[in-house]
Amino acid sequence: MPKRACYAQDYTGLKILHTLYDSCLKAEIDFLDDHYLLNLIVDEGCIKGAIFLDSHTGEIIQINAKAVVLATGGYGGIYHGYTTNSYGSTGDGIAVVLRAGGAVSDLEFVQFHPTALKRSSILMSESARGEGGYLVNSEGERFIDELKPRDEVARAIFRQEQEGKEVFLDVRHLGEEKLMHLLPQEVALCKLHEHIDPAKALIPIKPVAHYSMGGIEVNSSLEVQGIQGCFAVGECANAKVHGANRLGGNSLLEITSLGRFAGDHAHQYTRSASNKEANSTQRDKDQKAIEAIYAQACTLNFYEKQQALGKLMYEKVGIQRENTQLLQAMEEVRAMQEMKEQMGIADKSPIHNQNLIEYLEFSSALLLAPMIISSALARNESRGAHYKIGFEKQDDKHFAKHHIIQWKREI
Amino acid sequence: MTITILRSHNKQEEAYPLEDKERTLLKALTDIKATQDASLTFSAGCRASVCGTCAVRVNGKEQLACAYKVQDQDVIEPLQYHEVLRDLKVNKSLTKKTLQRSTAWLQTFQEASLTPKDEKFSEKQSDCILCDACYSACPVYAVNPDFLGPFALTRAYRYSSDKREADTKTLVDNVQSNGVWDCILCAECTLACPKGIDPKTDILMLRSLSIEQGYTDPTFVQQSFGFDPNAGF
Ligand SMILES: Cc1cc2nc3c(=O)[nH]c(=O)nc-3n(C[C@H](O)[C@H](O)[C@H](O)COP(=O)(O)OP(=O)(O)OC[C@H]3O[C@@H](n4cnc5c(N)ncnc54)[C@H](O)[C@@H]3O)c2cc1C
Ligand code: SF4
Ligand code: SF4
Ligand code: FES
Repeated sequence: MPKRACYAQDYTGLKILHTLYDSCLKAEIDFLDDHYLLNLIVDEGCIKGAIFLDSHTGEIIQINAKAVVLATGGYGGIYHGYTTNSYGSTGDGIAVVLRAGGAVSDLEFVQFHPTALKRSSILMSESARGEGGYLVNSEGERFIDELKPRDEVARAIFRQEQEGKEVFLDVRHLGEEKLMHLLPQEVALCKLHEHIDPAKALIPIKPVAHYSMGGIEVNSSLEVQGIQGCFAVGECANAKVHGANRLGGNSLLEITSLGRFAGDHAHQYTRSASNKEANSTQRDKDQKAIEAIYAQACTLNFYEKQQALGKLMYEKVGIQRENTQLLQAMEEVRAMQEMKEQMGIADKSPIHNQNLIEYLEFSSALLLAPMIISSALARNESRGAHYKIGFEKQDDKHFAKHHIIQWKREI
Repeated sequence: MTITILRSHNKQEEAYPLEDKERTLLKALTDIKATQDASLTFSAGCRASVCGTCAVRVNGKEQLACAYKVQDQDVIEPLQYHEVLRDLKVNKSLTKKTLQRSTAWLQTFQEASLTPKDEKFSEKQSDCILCDACYSACPVYAVNPDFLGPFALTRAYRYSSDKREADTKTLVDNVQSNGVWDCILCAECTLACPKGIDPKTDILMLRSLSIEQGYTDPTFVQQSFGFDPNAGF
């Protein structure tokens, strides 16, 4: 039996992405770099296009379209400081869909990857364990079958930490040659970020937020519930292919297979879509909103709150949940939402304003955090990545169902 | 410790004090942005040397901000030969045009089975994260802005050496003008690459392929025209 899925060293995603990019250049596909998605344009439940902030000029741009495909990635970045995801993975696309009247679902299902580097939260991939790496605690004991699903391994590590023990990944017995063949990038990352050579020393690790199973609620054509002609694919979407607990490798499988599928369906949709053009209502609204952010006084530093939110979510809405803690987390997030009036942007430049983009990303995080919490509160059972103290069993009778959230669209 | 960053609004180097502790340059930049100056602008994403967005120059040498440990007195500047959009953020859309001009993609697919050895053959080249460090380090850009440059040529070579490519000739044709022969083989790109890629050697390999396809070194031809064997040495 093959030990791993199709892979290219520890760089599978990179190689898929760059091959796709080269193919896009060949097909002369246009890219609009530095255009930040603000909102969708929806008219009578149908997609009409989207509104972007063009960082080069600071202008708010309207792009009309008969169909739209969202592929904006997950929301692991809400766990700021405790995630393998990049800074910007704050679930913008999911927030955008909610604001446009579309549905999102199963947000409580956040996967924690068992093995991220302790200090930097940088990922040590599954293959390290797949190839025979061990997990050991500070007493040198193995405490779990390393090949169990991610949620079980992550929880076992979490419990060791609660007992005051540190946890390490041990790949020394694989030998330098094999490590360099299979995991060259990760060996380099260990040396750089932890100052250790995995061929000779234990790798200090901790579990951190890694993948969002929940996301935009889509039907079997990947069309967003509540917005005709708008499709969503990849980590931002909840295509229900990963259940409550994604298996390693399946996300790249999802994006390569369903990406094409979403494109085909969007194309098909355009054939029957109405030709009615969008008006400028949404653009004007977004223009005003951005102007208001510039005008807002900045007495509270949102970067501090972004870190506080990450820590709060990791500690109280993390690997192991409990209703009282979830309620506390909800209160704290609500308090942060109220404080938002005092948070503005200190950088008032109209062009290439990264401060503004990060503020908007934080706004998405702050919008979604209470929904992750309320979905987690509502699920009084344990299933896959969602594990709750007091409700440790899966309860199909009451909870074999999805949590769908949809707002009434204000007109 | 103190580091200095070249700011674009006043074209001045500004000094920023930092607590003495080990951290990556990227962490230092995000800390400065969060606590000292929210207007400091730079690009970053993955923090793990894979998205290729964070390359800058440190003391005149290209580095990934997320893979460089910041030191006292470091001077941080944007990449060379790129339009500076703001502070350390540069316009990479023009450099990406070199990929288009060199048509660095699979021209015509043919069915071929790859052995692990074949796969290894272009593994390094396909590790490229398009960080543009090599481009910034290449001295040819000081004189010829139209040069196809190291990463585009490495990528062209990557496809030309793939067994699934049925049309290596087109790739070779498209890297002649402002391409393989304009490189001065100085290996600055190789030194700059954070992924251990060796564009210089790839360019040499593309030169061999070019010769196989009947091309000759144009600089060599020019030189030999002007050379008089009877001139009194
Ligand atoms: C470190 C790491 C390792 C992984 N390894 C594996 C693996 O080995 N196998 C596997 O199957 N999966 C793996 N995964 C998961 C997998 O990589 C992701 O799920 C997948 O890349 C998601 O692809 P996507 O296209 O849906 O989203 P992303 O790749 O996240 O892309 C989303 C894009 O949308 C852009 N965007 C977001 N918001 C906006 C906005 N408002 N305006 C404009 N643009 C926006 C982002 O900038 C980004 O470019 C890994 C994930 C991580 C973090
Ligand atoms: S070897 Fe060639 S491509 Fe590389 S830096 Fe020197 S001149 Fe540029
Ligand atoms: S070849 Fe190396 S330096 Fe050049 S763009 Fe690719 S990864 Fe960066
Ligand atoms: S932040 Fe991605 S390569 Fe440095």
